[in-house]
Amino acid sequence: MSAVKLESETMADGVSQLQKQLVDYTASLFDEAFLDEQFNQLQQLQDENNPDFVVEVVSLFFKDSERLVDELTKALDQQTVDFKLVDKNVHQLKGSSSSIGVQRVQRACIAFRDCSEEQNVEGCLKSLQHVKHEYSLVKNKLETLFKLQRQLLAAGGPLPR
Amino acid sequence: MESDNIEDMDMEVLPSMWPEDIGADAGKQFNIDKPGQDQDMLEEVTFIEEPTIVDFKRLLELTNYTDKGSSQLAFLVKHWEYKQANAVRLLREELDILSKQRQEVELKKLEILEEHRFEEESYGGDKRPISILDEVYDIWLDIAPKKHDVVVQSKKVEIEAEYDTVVYWKQRAMHLEKLLEASAEREQILVDKLQESIQSLERQSSPVEELSQILKRADNFLHFVLQNAPVVLAISLQEEDIIGRTDVEIFTGAGVKESQDFKKEVLEKGLPAKREITFETPLFGSKTFLIYVEPVFSKAGETIGINYMGMDVTDQVRKREKMAKLREEIAVQKAKETELNKTIHITEETMRAKQMLATMSHEIRSPLSGVVSMAEILTTTKLDREQRQLLDVMLSSGDLVLQLINDILDLSKVESGVMKLEATKFRPREVVKHVIGDVLRIRQILTNLISNAIKFTHEGKVGIRLYVVSDPSLEEGERCPQKLNADQSTVSENGLKEDADQEGFHGEGPYQNHSLNDEPRTPAKSEVSMDADQEEEPQTTTVWLRCDVYDTGIGIPENALPSLFKRYMQVSADHARKYGGTGLGLAICKQLVELMGGQLTVSSQEHCGSTFTFVLPYKVSTSSDHSDDPDEVVDMANHDAATDEVTESFFQFQPRTLGSLFSSNGSSRTQKLLPHKIGFSGSHKLNGFSQNSYSFPQNDIIPEEMASVENGCSAIDVAETLSEPESSASRIPNHNCETPAHADKRGQDDTNNKFQDSRNTDSSYHAEPSREVSVAAKIREAQGTCKRQEKSDADSESTSSKIPKSTSKPKILLVEDNKINVMVTQNMMKRLGHSIDVVNNGIEAVRAVQHCSYNLILMDVHMPVMDGLQTTRIIRSFEETGNWDAAEKAGVELTVPSQDASQNGHGYAPSGNRIPIIAMTANAFSESADECFASGMDSFVPKPITFQKIKERLEQYLPD
Repeated sequence: MSAVKLESETMADGVSQLQKQLVDYTASLFDEAFLDEQFNQLQQLQDENNPDFVVEVVSLFFKDSERLVDELTKALDQQTVDFKLVDKNVHQLKGSSSSIGVQRVQRACIAFRDCSEEQNVEGCLKSLQHVKHEYSLVKNKLETLFKLQRQLLAAGGPLPR
Repeated sequence: MESDNIEDMDMEVLPSMWPEDIGADAGKQFNIDKPGQDQDMLEEVTFIEEPTIVDFKRLLELTNYTDKGSSQLAFLVKHWEYKQANAVRLLREELDILSKQRQEVELKKLEILEEHRFEEESYGGDKRPISILDEVYDIWLDIAPKKHDVVVQSKKVEIEAEYDTVVYWKQRAMHLEKLLEASAEREQILVDKLQESIQSLERQSSPVEELSQILKRADNFLHFVLQNAPVVLAISLQEEDIIGRTDVEIFTGAGVKESQDFKKEVLEKGLPAKREITFETPLFGSKTFLIYVEPVFSKAGETIGINYMGMDVTDQVRKREKMAKLREEIAVQKAKETELNKTIHITEETMRAKQMLATMSHEIRSPLSGVVSMAEILTTTKLDREQRQLLDVMLSSGDLVLQLINDILDLSKVESGVMKLEATKFRPREVVKHVIGDVLRIRQILTNLISNAIKFTHEGKVGIRLYVVSDPSLEEGERCPQKLNADQSTVSENGLKEDADQEGFHGEGPYQNHSLNDEPRTPAKSEVSMDADQEEEPQTTTVWLRCDVYDTGIGIPENALPSLFKRYMQVSADHARKYGGTGLGLAICKQLVELMGGQLTVSSQEHCGSTFTFVLPYKVSTSSDHSDDPDEVVDMANHDAATDEVTESFFQFQPRTLGSLFSSNGSSRTQKLLPHKIGFSGSHKLNGFSQNSYSFPQNDIIPEEMASVENGCSAIDVAETLSEPESSASRIPNHNCETPAHADKRGQDDTNNKFQDSRNTDSSYHAEPSREVSVAAKIREAQGTCKRQEKSDADSESTSSKIPKSTSKPKILLVEDNKINVMVTQNMMKRLGHSIDVVNNGIEAVRAVQHCSYNLILMDVHMPVMDGLQTTRIIRSFEETGNWDAAEKAGVELTVPSQDASQNGHGYAPSGNRIPIIAMTANAFSESADECFASGMDSFVPKPITFQKIKERLEQYLPD
């Protein structure tokens, strides 16, 4: 994405450039279904009183998700898989991803949960891989997005609404 | 033989100096040939040998001296060697010949066998197979000796030409004779073997027979001429029986004629043909033969007969038929399957459509109830006449749509089998003490029936009778006549009330319900007698309650009765226009009653009225009640109180649709009603009847269980009283004292409570017969006015009732285990100007509710430890019973003793007794909305939570 080129930007017309980039990038995240409407909801919650809300929530999400994914990996590594535990963790992950609006993770979680309901270990492992993949993708994307936002703020430009 | 020979030769080399040794030579030769047979000869030879041995020694001596002797010896040796070699050669030759002969014989034998077979199959000669074989055998015999002779002769010639010692010849001749004999013997053996194999060959024909392959031959006239094997399998027919006869002569029955005709046909056409013929003969039963018939031609080319072969294919045919049948069945099955699939598909589609309808209805309901509620609030504002009229129309239409949607939802729930009945303990007045049934649904049925009754009754009365029947088929009178009388008497009173009601409220949708709520209570008067009855009654696990809802209304024409319970059916279009309604009510009632295992019937006379009767089985709650049931321990007063308490919740309104209206309207009513109350308590004192004074706690408790603050205290008091029976007597005066003091306060509480609360006290008031009529009239009046006034007075009243609310922010509890969800929701609520308390699971939620009273709970459904549904049930149970038994039962450790709970209530004004609980569901349909509602939740928000959704719910449930 265009985010790579960020460093080469000059400060002069940087702000508007950055703004455009941010808008484009955000739009692309929505277009590629990494994010959905719920993410907008989050952004709406962010205001002067609460300037870092989205970052905070998303960081919490990252932390929580990593824990859940770890637990899932552990749970599926057992000789006999405790599907209740798997189900519980997947449910959690699904809930948080849907709250954040990272819908591709959420969807992967739904498939995961289906496998877990069928007690299908193979399917669960595949789903876990899928979830991990989607998660790391969206994590990168969001981190890039935040980076862009920070750069924009550093450049003195207001975040586009 | 050869190796023997060689050994002998070696031995001969050494004694080469010896004179000619014919004896040894000859003996050896014979030995080689046939040891066994030559035994005699050997004896002879040895006999001769002895003098020869002497000769040898002399000869040896002689040869030592003479050249002639030595040369002669050499010659002799040479000659001997030659002869030896020759003998070996001859023997070999003979051996070869013999083995060749054997091969030939075997070959011949095979030929013969083949010939024999061929002979049998070919139609050329009508010979028996054995005769053919005999012939061949003869030929073979002729040939064999011939060959043998030749061999022997050639041998003889050779020997003759070379040597002629007497002894030698004699031995030679004997030897050859023996050889001949041996040869002949071998031949004999071979012949025997041949014969044996011929015999076995003959025997082999029997399996052919077993296979029921029958070779038959029929001549021109279809007489059997050759019958190799018996025709029929088990029943053996002798050849004599068959040969010279025709099929028709042998068998009778189905198929015989056909086979005969078939043979004739082949005979005429001269072409071989196959046909399957099923015989049905007495001889061998039903059998199917595959018959092959071919014509037999003479040398001149005329057909002289037929060969025909029949094979029993009965089994095969049977199998074939079975296969065909199976195939047919499979085809039918497949057709059915596709048909079924189609049906399933259609059903699925229908189900989906219904689901869709249900979902849609549900989705419509929430915003619609918002609209209606807002409109209701709007009526409390200052409006001119025209605006009010418009608003009235708007409200009634809104209510109608809401009703329609509720009906559709109920119906689709029942139809899809999703409708679950909740087993709750409740007391339908004093007829029975405790029964278990789905209070909500029974209320729904009653409400439906009663609202119908009122709708269609312009003058006269509407009443309810409720009694225990031992069996649904049993008629009312038989069980308890006493009760009946009591009922009827109350009924007449009710009638009066109803009239009053109708005058006051006719046509006012929601208000009709108020009057309805009285009705179940009216039998209260007869409670004493009923209780007596009850006590006599043996404890059974199931009790049948019969409920009649009767009216003196317009009645139902007989021709409309059959379609009465059908969906969307109303008596006539005329009625529909005049009275409105969806035509779903009775259908739902019927389905609900049937779902609960009862029956709903109707009897009606046009212009005279109708009676709807439903009989339902209930489980009687057992032992546990006796131990912890207050009224068992204490006395009638508490019993009354408890009863009313239960019935109260029974006929409570759904806050969902009407809550906002009442909370704003309440104050006006209470003010009007207050005097009655005071009067009431006064009358009690005057009367001094124990019974009357007992009804005091009743008054306390009714508002209490509506969860208002002050009443919360009294509820606890009562609870204490109940738990300590001995102190109850002394406590009751306390209540009396309290009551006047409370009176004002309660007035305010009631403003927050529902209208029916105050009505409830009224009805209990009616229980006093002496004052009944006048008071009833007064109250109706009061209500009538209050109802009218409340609109005009609304402004001032609503503001006054608002005051306590605006002073304290609504308290909201979020029950959610997911941190992220908590964070998001919390922030959203913050944006909406609310700060919320957060707990992470159901148990914490129960504790939180215990500590603090909330105006709204947002509840995640899917949670660890305790899910939202159970949590809601526990909270609801607390609201209904005032205790946390359910929580304890569920294993929640309560941090606060229940007595303290009352204190928590202070300091904020509750909006109602029932905390609105909004479910937050991850997927709207699987954690179904139905389940949420069934557990006592009021609404739900699908996740993820959005601003819009949460805002809507807050506006709906926190009306400010």
